[in-house]
Amino acid sequence: MNIVVCVKQTFDTEAKIVLDANGQISSQGVNLIMNPYDEYAVEEALRIKEKQGSGEVIVVGMGGGPKSQDALRQALAMGADRAILLTDAAFEGSDEYAAANALAKAISGVQYDLILAGWRAIDDGSAQVASRLAEILGIPQVTVVTRLELAGGKATAYREIDGGVEVVEVSLPAVITVQKGINEPRYPSLQGIMKARKKELKQLSAQDLGIDTNLVGKSGARVQPRKFYLPPAKAGAKIVPGEAPEAAARLAQLLRSEAKVV
Amino acid sequence: MDFKLTEEQQMMRNMVRDFAENEIAPTAAERDEKEEFSRASFDKMGELGLAGIPFPEEYGGAGSDYISYAIAVEELSRVDGSTGVLLSAHISLGANPIYKFGTEEQKQKFLRPMAEGKKLGAFGLTEPSAGSDAGGTRTTAVLQGDHYVLNGSKVFITNAKEAEIYVVFASTDRSKKHKGISAFIVEKGTPGFSFGKKEHKLGIRSSATYELVFENCKLPRENLLGKEGEGFKIAMATLDGGRIGIAAQALGIAQGAYEAALNYARTRVQFDQPISTFQAISFKLADMATEIEAARLLVFQAAFMADQHEPGYGKYSAMAKMYASDVAMKATTEAVQIFGGYGYTREYPVERMMRDAKITQIYEGTNEIQRVVIGSYILK
Repeated sequence: MNIVVCVKQTFDTEAKIVLDANGQISSQGVNLIMNPYDEYAVEEALRIKEKQGSGEVIVVGMGGGPKSQDALRQALAMGADRAILLTDAAFEGSDEYAAANALAKAISGVQYDLILAGWRAIDDGSAQVASRLAEILGIPQVTVVTRLELAGGKATAYREIDGGVEVVEVSLPAVITVQKGINEPRYPSLQGIMKARKKELKQLSAQDLGIDTNLVGKSGARVQPRKFYLPPAKAGAKIVPGEAPEAAARLAQLLRSEAKVV
Repeated sequence: MDFKLTEEQQMMRNMVRDFAENEIAPTAAERDEKEEFSRASFDKMGELGLAGIPFPEEYGGAGSDYISYAIAVEELSRVDGSTGVLLSAHISLGANPIYKFGTEEQKQKFLRPMAEGKKLGAFGLTEPSAGSDAGGTRTTAVLQGDHYVLNGSKVFITNAKEAEIYVVFASTDRSKKHKGISAFIVEKGTPGFSFGKKEHKLGIRSSATYELVFENCKLPRENLLGKEGEGFKIAMATLDGGRIGIAAQALGIAQGAYEAALNYARTRVQFDQPISTFQAISFKLADMATEIEAARLLVFQAAFMADQHEPGYGKYSAMAKMYASDVAMKATTEAVQIFGGYGYTREYPVERMMRDAKITQIYEGTNEIQRVVIGSYILK
């Protein structure tokens, strides 16, 4: 079974978001990591491959700049077989729709039985790209999956819903997005890190993909961000002292007169 | 000249940092308190390929280099000095002499399982009356037919009792003093080989430290490492490399203390402002940061030279060990000072780091002996 895993490189969870002089989010000095939900997807793909004893795990990512390969290299170090990086100035400014177009084009050039991805990225958190990808490819999708079983050309996916678990059966190929809890991702071993360098990491441009550039990047994007701004700094908390009954009355008063929320 | 780590070295640093923060740091304080050695930590390091970082794949190693080894020890020590020295003693002191001086059979039999992380290594040189003066070794080895018979004892042995494989030094000819010393590979469980008292230490308390006792311990002749009389040379060559590990351990401890102090100084408010805004504190942090960076460069230089097989690298490993350990002692002491009263309590990790730092000025050659080594190189 061949498994494609979509991998996004994101800011470190501890990164402090700052805007540059042009009002854009600055990546300067920020540590980049593999989107943690994608790590679960890579791990799940490796476990499926190890269990079946055959097949290929192909990781696919998008990005530019000298650090753009890092997340894919990490996936290779964990054990993925090869990587594809979509990198081109034409891809810059992609929204979820444009990104899904580029990924779909790249993935359709690969023989696959299953596509895995994190259920969302921790940076923009839109949780859209994998779903859009499934729509474009015309295959089923199951999202936010915490357990996955494969047998006889079908996938049984357990997904989180409010107050319970929904069990969905789909035919393969399908897109499955995974949620924390599905597994515990491995650390890349030192041997894995040493081997990763020798594995294939193919870089593809818009031209290599043969994709209409009106479908990708800024020109393909259907959402244009107008402005980024940081949330206002939190004002200091106020503690209402005293015994509970009096404090509650005083709090209600403050909510009305000062915070003006009731 | 290029001061950048390679892509692999950077990935390896990230991997060991994640591993150390998730798997080692959470139990460091408790293991320190209970003086509890963690075999599970070593087993996990073995799975990640860390037990055999610099050794070739044909001997079960990862086929990496000394710089990566130094990075791994630094990252482990950044959260726990005891775990740092566990790996350092295993690789540089237990496995490395077998790699450098062992026969092909010895490498396959002993080095391979060590590099694969299946067996833990240790090194027995120091004796009650032979510390800095290793030539004063009193443990004896007498050849009787196909066996050597060992008698004597070794003290302050890191990883002892937990380790399966020991490189032990004994005199095969006491009249020749240090030229009569030979090296042996001793397996745990060999009749006549036992462990004496456990040392209760100021720092690195979750590192296992015991006495080794040999009472008519019979070793097969093929467990002689190198030739008879080469033991002192083997010990000194081993310590040249081992010092890189201790330098990296000291560096990691200093880095951990510095980061803790930096974070604390930013959040601790006195006189209505974070204490980091006071010059008295920011100057301390500036000194720590600078000295740690200088120590790191010396450690990397020594490791780089070891990777290049530069004959004079012993001078640099001695410099790195001496300097980094002094920096560690100073940085951890200043970190406790920045934390003030809280730093003196076990609520915060800096007092443990300060206790852990002290040993790095003492073991694998006291810093006074390092100066003797450096002096002998520069006055040659």
